Amino acid sequence: MASLHPETASRPVLETRDLTINFGGHVAVNRVSCAFHAGTLTSIVGPNGAGKTTWFNLISGQLAASAGSVRLFDEDITRLGAAARADKGLGRAFQLTNLFPNLTALENVRLAVASRHRIGHVFWQMASRRRDLTDRAAAYLEQVNLGRRAGDLVANLPHGDQRKLEVALMLALEPEVFMFDEPTAGMSVDEVPVILDLIADIKNKQNKVILLVEHKMDVVRSLSDRIVVLHNGELVADGEPAEVIASPIVQEAYLGASADEPAEEA
Amino acid sequence: MMQRLLSGDYPRSRALTALLLIIGVSLALGPFLFPGVRAFSMLGMICVFIIVVASYDLMLGYTHIVSFAHTMFFGIGAYGVAMASDAFGSGYGALFIGIGGAMLLTILLSLLLGLLSLRVKAIFFALVTLAVAFAFLSLVTQLYNLTGGEDGLAMRVPRELGPAFRPFDEPWVGFDVVGFITGLFSAPAGAFQNALFDVRISGKHLMYYVAFVSAVLVFLFLLRMVNSPFGRVLQAIRENEFRAQALGYRTVFYRTAVVIVSALLATLAGVLFALINRYVNPENTLNFELMVFILLMCVIGGMGTLYGAVVGTAVFLLAQNYLQDLLKLLAGFTEPGSLLEHLVGPDRWLLWFGLLFVLSVYFFPTGIVGQLRLWAARRRQRRAGDSPLAEQGDQHHAS
Repeated sequence: MASLHPETASRPVLETRDLTINFGGHVAVNRVSCAFHAGTLTSIVGPNGAGKTTWFNLISGQLAASAGSVRLFDEDITRLGAAARADKGLGRAFQLTNLFPNLTALENVRLAVASRHRIGHVFWQMASRRRDLTDRAAAYLEQVNLGRRAGDLVANLPHGDQRKLEVALMLALEPEVFMFDEPTAGMSVDEVPVILDLIADIKNKQNKVILLVEHKMDVVRSLSDRIVVLHNGELVADGEPAEVIASPIVQEAYLGASADEPAEEA
Repeated sequence: MMQRLLSGDYPRSRALTALLLIIGVSLALGPFLFPGVRAFSMLGMICVFIIVVASYDLMLGYTHIVSFAHTMFFGIGAYGVAMASDAFGSGYGALFIGIGGAMLLTILLSLLLGLLSLRVKAIFFALVTLAVAFAFLSLVTQLYNLTGGEDGLAMRVPRELGPAFRPFDEPWVGFDVVGFITGLFSAPAGAFQNALFDVRISGKHLMYYVAFVSAVLVFLFLLRMVNSPFGRVLQAIRENEFRAQALGYRTVFYRTAVVIVSALLATLAGVLFALINRYVNPENTLNFELMVFILLMCVIGGMGTLYGAVVGTAVFLLAQNYLQDLLKLLAGFTEPGSLLEHLVGPDRWLLWFGLLFVLSVYFFPTGIVGQLRLWAARRRQRRAGDSPLAEQGDQHHAS
């Protein structure tokens, strides 16, 4: 069993301390403490209902914690809303596609770019005159292989393309923390590598924190520097990938429960 | 030039462009094209309500905020200047005190309402605005010392904006378009000559043009606003507020800003209304019926297009004012005493009015503007053999 608090020289970028939320009597995330350092990719695994997405929601501010705290660059952001946290550098790609369906793919990304450049309040200038932002948005679309879909309404995009767009939106925010929630779920086999290459690319080229919720163990094994295991809302294992995967608690709690890959979380 | 003026947001339909041109020219030259007091006041109301409906569309169509307090802000503007003129006389000082006071009250109330939308959403927000509007209405009715209660207030306008002001000794020449066209059928020889009429320029005309220029400026301002980065965020909030927040947009700020801007423009429209109408009472400014009419104008014209506000207002007010005349004309052709005569009698105008709107909403769910654009897009697509989806995408596609 690995240590819950890995010793590292540098200060963590992101940290949760005793983070807890209960819905009525049900404790969905129970006193989870974990610190993340720049330049590492951490996978979060665990069976369905383990609280992975809920933990993500607590970190990026979609849910308010019942107890405990979230710290970003040593600043307590527990009380901040989702918008303020995104502004401070928490980027989130959602598990269930969560986009602007009646806007074009390009406009979706441009909204993220505009947020990054903090020009959302500009009401006196035509949006189309900011060619620089449009070009940037188009470049992010290219990165996820959606260049030819720029003018399409998102509602008309196939599921796989919507997932890619979800990732493009996060890229456009240029966050300090990338939070991928099952980025490849529901994608066709030949599309998956595009996203995995992108994640690997961010990992290799940018010194950022990457969090990845993923069920496909081969993906987890190949990309992760570290694996955190959640079970019934509690952090039950944390450490090097090989070590964690081999640990009895994981074999029992997660891998042992079913030999196959568990189905995608609803 | 046109690109900048319209902020790159063109009508995108030839029929719509033609319609807008007709409305634009009719309003710009209105006093010289349509004789009579009734037509003149009708033109003024169209200008005023273009501002009211366009600012309402900013909330309803672009941000999906349903508010029933729009007439309240309209009333604040109208009562603000009317009460000021009542207390301080008809000078410009009184006018500006009234405008200033009304704007301050509007900012305060709309700020409160905007912040409230943080806590209460959608239908509940709508209900709260309804309650606030009704509270305001009863307040105005009961404080009759200040507001004149149900009787209302006569607005004392500055001399230059009233009927007594005559800048020119000689009358100007107007050309009665409707008279000319009907004249072509009855007496084609003298039709042109008969259509000419005298226009005695007075302060009322000046006031009309103040309202007209205000309507044009407000419309262009709003068109710029909805096509700016700010406007894109509004559309994002309309589409998926949760996601807009996750992208870092503090949606409360945007909602509140929209509610305030929209309310301020409604207040401005109220001021113009008081100056044109020179009489303000709860019935013509704060009535719930008026609120429903604003909503209808917005929906009939086409929500979220702004052009819909212009078309919807013109069509609605024309129908409201001239349907009775049309019915009277029709009743003349029917057999006296028959069921048909009863049905098309001028007293039944509200029935036909209602029916017209049920049908228009049923057949044109996206409003007149939405429907015209759809037809135009289909025609373009048939010509180009393009995919229908690309054309729909055009609507939000960045240029």
